Amino acid sequence: MVLPELPIGEAVETGVYWLNDNFGFLMDIFSDLIDMLISGFKDVLLFLPPFAFIIVAAILIYLGSRKNLKLAIGSVVGFLLIDSMGLWTLSMETIALVLSSALVALLIGIPTGILAAKNETIFHIVKPVLDFMQTMPSFVYLIPAVIFFGLGNVPGLVATIVFAMPPAIRLTNLGIRQVPVELDEVASAFGTTPMQKLFKVELPVALPTIMAGVNQCIMLSLSMVVIAAMIGARGLGYQVLVGIQRVDIGQGFEAGIGIVIIAIILDRLTQNLTPKK
Amino acid sequence: MGLSGSGKSTLLRCLNRLINPSEGHILIDGDDIATMDDKDLREARRKKMSMVFQSFALLPHRTVIDNVAFGLEIQGISKEERYAKAEEAISKVGLKGYGSSKTSQLSGGMQQRVGLARALATDPDVLLMDEAFSALDPLIRSEMQDELIALQDKLKKTIVFVSHDLDEALKLGDRIAIMKDGMVAQIGTAEEILTNPADDYVSEFVAGVDRTKILTAENIMKRPDPVVSVNSGLPVALQLMKKHGMSSIFVVDADKKIKGILCVDAAAPAAKEHKGIRDVMRTDINIITPDMPIKEIIPMMAENALPIAVINENEKILGVIVRGSILGALAMKEED
Ligand SMILES: Nc1ncnc2c1ncn2[C@@H]1O[C@H](COP(=O)(O)OP(=O)(O)O)[C@@H](O)[C@H]1O
Ligand SMILES: [Mg+2]
Repeated sequence: MVLPELPIGEAVETGVYWLNDNFGFLMDIFSDLIDMLISGFKDVLLFLPPFAFIIVAAILIYLGSRKNLKLAIGSVVGFLLIDSMGLWTLSMETIALVLSSALVALLIGIPTGILAAKNETIFHIVKPVLDFMQTMPSFVYLIPAVIFFGLGNVPGLVATIVFAMPPAIRLTNLGIRQVPVELDEVASAFGTTPMQKLFKVELPVALPTIMAGVNQCIMLSLSMVVIAAMIGARGLGYQVLVGIQRVDIGQGFEAGIGIVIIAIILDRLTQNLTPKK
Repeated sequence: MGLSGSGKSTLLRCLNRLINPSEGHILIDGDDIATMDDKDLREARRKKMSMVFQSFALLPHRTVIDNVAFGLEIQGISKEERYAKAEEAISKVGLKGYGSSKTSQLSGGMQQRVGLARALATDPDVLLMDEAFSALDPLIRSEMQDELIALQDKLKKTIVFVSHDLDEALKLGDRIAIMKDGMVAQIGTAEEILTNPADDYVSEFVAGVDRTKILTAENIMKRPDPVVSVNSGLPVALQLMKKHGMSSIFVVDADKKIKGILCVDAAAPAAKEHKGIRDVMRTDINIITPDMPIKEIIPMMAENALPIAVINENEKILGVIVRGSILGALAMKEED
């Protein structure tokens, strides 16, 4: 060893505990909010019986994807399959977790991406943080999440948010930076305020790139939500985990197929939300 | 007008402060754009001037009418009113019926019409056009130039048009600024620049120009001295011609209105028969206005050997053009 042993691990540990001791009350508020969000989504998704849900979902997917009939029919088949495997409630719970974490990740990520695109200082601060967030193995986030929030859906969701946010920030930043100079000049030349420029020119022009970020964010959320079952998140991930612990190939495999179906539907849907160039 | 990199776009962008000028003033209606605060500048950009871009710069997520209405939308004008104004601008540029089209479906020429309509929709006093037609095919470009001239005849805006094409500048510009290395080398009318270049750079620049398209009757005509009154006798006319060494002389009435021309070979024998000027003067002369380009005068000269009379709107004679005048004008080019 060239350097004396540095107590990096200890320092992080101390920091995490200090945060927990001093800002625990904030964590509790945050925890309650997230819990509400998840149950909100869950209640909405489980409000209708599966059959009615599938019809409504098919119509919404058809309209949302600008009349993509193939996607609508595929979704119906996928949901029917999930239902017939007896995984309906678990799947809805997984979707609720994915939507909750993706929503929070986007609510933080898109504005951060906009700020990073507008301000070089912020960009230079955000960039290494993003690199760190994306290269750190996702399991590592689980540890502080447990310390702050205990076991259950909330810490799983927090770890998922941290893991899924970087592409939303990156692609929002990229999309806005890629807005052609002339379009920026058009906005200025016609006398836009900074907000008008952002909402009437930059965001709409950057939308396809931002939507690619949304898509990645949702897909990463889904992948992490499964891992988050290790710290008590529910849904299909938990089912897979139980399958592993009991070496129950059938149960693990069925839950896996459920996840794949959800992944495909969410992926295609988010890819089709905006018109292709 | 200037070569690529001479600073045209930079200068144009200083006018609406897309680029901040480091010094100097930009006065529109007495207000200095260069020192305005953000709020006043926004107001000036909304109401006083608008811009047309070389690359069209249409907003890809908007239809034609929403592109055209963009400036009005920024001003917070209601949808109904801005659509009405946008439709009007769309008709002005000849795109009626294309309002709901996607801009990507239009040809280059049509896209630039949308760009022009967008600039016209806010009814600004000043139009800034940066190489607005440079990205178009030569035929379409020429068509757009003609339409811009026709439109300008009606709208009477101040248009600052940047071009790197001398022919385009000469065709469109009432006054032309020739730029070099970020500075204005000369500013003036096409005639002034062609006949009186400020320095070697400018004269070299305009060396290749077809002067017969730019120079007009006014630039080459001679003073119509002397003329003879239609009420004089033939001997007076002959005397004048002899004194000034002319073979023909224009005949005018008391108000200096042109009546005809008297040629010496017809007048001399007629004088002996005691006839009057009216009996022998010719009335089949070419009469033109001062703004006729030399290019159109040359074929007239070929058809009719008589001098050409240049008159004003009251038919009063302003000048005469003889063969020598045209040769003189063309020779000027070779001297450079
Ligand atoms: N007055 C000036 N002072 C300093 N730099 C200038 C000036 N005018 C132009 N430039 C620089 O010269 C380059 C070319 O100018 P530009 O306006 O794009 O030329 P053009 O439009 O004629 O091709 C740009 O990099 C610009 O910054
Ligand atoms: Mg330029």
